[in-house]
Amino acid sequence: MPAFLLRHVGRTNLRLLALLALLCLAAAPLIGDRLFAPAGLRSMAYQLPELGLLSLAMMVALLSGGLDLSIIATANLAALAAAAVLKSAPAGADGLVLLAVEAGALLAGLATAALVGLLNGTLIGYLRVSPILATLGTMTLVKGLAIGLTHGSVISEFPPAILFLGSGAVLGVPMPLLLLGLVATALGVLLTRTPFGVVLTLMGSNQQAVRFSGIDTRAALLRVYVLASLVAATAGFVMMARFNSANAAYGESYLLVTILACVLGGISPSGGFGRVGGLVLALVVLQLISTACVLLDFSQFLTLAVWGGILLSVGMIAAVRDQLRPLLAGLRAPVLRPAPPRA
Amino acid sequence: MVKGSRGGRAPQELWLGLVILGMVVVLTALRPNFLGVQNILEMMNATAFNGILVSGLLVVLIAGGIDISFAAVASVAQYAALTVANATGAGWGEIVAIAGGIGLGLGLVNGVLVSTLGIASIIVTIATQSVIYGILLTVTRGQDIFTLPAWFGDPVDLFVTSDAKGNVYAVSLQIWALVLAFLAAWFLLNRTRFGRQVFALGGNPEAARRVGFGTARLNLLVYGYMGLVAGLASLVQAQYTQSVSPTALVGRELEVVAAAVLGGASLEGGHGSVLGAILGLALVVIMKNGLALLGVSSYWSDFFTGLVIVAAVAGMAARARRRWHDSPGLA
Repeated sequence: MPAFLLRHVGRTNLRLLALLALLCLAAAPLIGDRLFAPAGLRSMAYQLPELGLLSLAMMVALLSGGLDLSIIATANLAALAAAAVLKSAPAGADGLVLLAVEAGALLAGLATAALVGLLNGTLIGYLRVSPILATLGTMTLVKGLAIGLTHGSVISEFPPAILFLGSGAVLGVPMPLLLLGLVATALGVLLTRTPFGVVLTLMGSNQQAVRFSGIDTRAALLRVYVLASLVAATAGFVMMARFNSANAAYGESYLLVTILACVLGGISPSGGFGRVGGLVLALVVLQLISTACVLLDFSQFLTLAVWGGILLSVGMIAAVRDQLRPLLAGLRAPVLRPAPPRA
Repeated sequence: MVKGSRGGRAPQELWLGLVILGMVVVLTALRPNFLGVQNILEMMNATAFNGILVSGLLVVLIAGGIDISFAAVASVAQYAALTVANATGAGWGEIVAIAGGIGLGLGLVNGVLVSTLGIASIIVTIATQSVIYGILLTVTRGQDIFTLPAWFGDPVDLFVTSDAKGNVYAVSLQIWALVLAFLAAWFLLNRTRFGRQVFALGGNPEAARRVGFGTARLNLLVYGYMGLVAGLASLVQAQYTQSVSPTALVGRELEVVAAAVLGGASLEGGHGSVLGAILGLALVVIMKNGLALLGVSSYWSDFFTGLVIVAAVAGMAARARRRWHDSPGLA
């Protein structure tokens, strides 16, 4: 493989692109044009962002060497907080007042999510609780709070500006997709171009080394989990806008799927390695499979099985390759002679 | 890496026991019927399924792994066993063999994948959970089994007695299966070579490998055991609720994980005890039951469960936290 491609696109991403091409080739004769007809693309563009934003939140925690099981509970609580503010708007409010309420609602949602993130970060960063345990607890706590406050009921009917986030389009680009693009780009820049991003990723490789470099890993972990919660909140807003309602239990089945998407996208489950681009490609692969299953009239549940199967197959291919590597290296050996010394 | 040396500090079990004792005292003072035989039996009945799974998961956790797929495995096992029972008129012996066999088989698949793929067991079992659950829902179209065999509804009780008022007390299938499951786990972990090897594997897999344990074989046994336990637990659950729904069990995995780790089983492996697991389970059950007895709306049950988990893990960590200052090497 050309070194240029390897350096700029990455091995995992090239494999994902190959997988994507393979899927398209396999799908073409089965489904024909329908998969890429405007209607098919549009439905994909509206479905992908929910799982996408949640997966990005999971990615932030995974990259730092942790895990955040509370993202979906957080997303729902943030949506409920926003919904509560929206519902408190005076009847018949319009113009600037309505705008202020809408902005306040989103801010309230983000603030709620940030509080959950602070709790997670304190437990994981300062109290040294393992991330799985800490977020398992906060997941139950946050979901329980949402159920307790709403009695499991749905808050619905939001103003058009909020609904625009879920079903609107700017220049033909669906708003949820635009949001996903914005968040993904922002995270990509944050992770690769800022000191915090570098610290976050390095902590995933070797937290002790980062700490011994004089960086306060406790404070950094606090920020990691606040960031994950804020990204989760945007997912909550998109779900709330798309369903025109908020509830304590939306999207719960996505929890384990976000981990699956991240791992398929080349995010190392033990942390430290992975790119936003890989995750986005993995999401496209998963969405394509899902849409193809729908168009082929397969059960929607089969999608889940295929997603799990793809992850296992990727793992098996890697394992087989590792077994074969010494053999292949033996075959290649004559070619890989050291270059003659320069004069 | 040195594992949480608790030199001089009380073990997790003692700490949990004290918390539970406190809860029991307060609850008994407020609601005298809390310690009634009826209430205790009811608590054990309600928690049997989760409890049996905790006894299996404990073994996996001590071996340094984790299994997320057991709820999906249990769903398949009970669906298949009772479908066969409906179709052929098979009895208890057959359905136990079918459910146990399916559980064991799927568990072995997990074991093979975990030991060959070189991927973290949490990821592998999330993937197998997706595959198993996806296929189950596709095949069954998400439909419940509406009629169960008549004999399946008959109680499978031991020691049936009744008091002067005519209340009947019995040790139901759920309760004796729960007790049996924990006894089996205790025996396996503490009285067999397999158990010592499981602790060794979880404590330091590389050392276990170099000493010459067949680590792949051990993983097979550990995940196979978890699968077997999940398969059998599924029947206990179906007999309790008298219903089989492919969607009823999946989604409860993390509750079981929470109970096991509350009891002190380390997610890093090598640590954990049956007593701790029982206490972790008891903590959650007593709190839920207590809240119900006190008349707290069931809508708040999750919230308080979460509060207990967060408080417990924070408490556990606080006792180990001195590591940060004492020994920087153990960040």
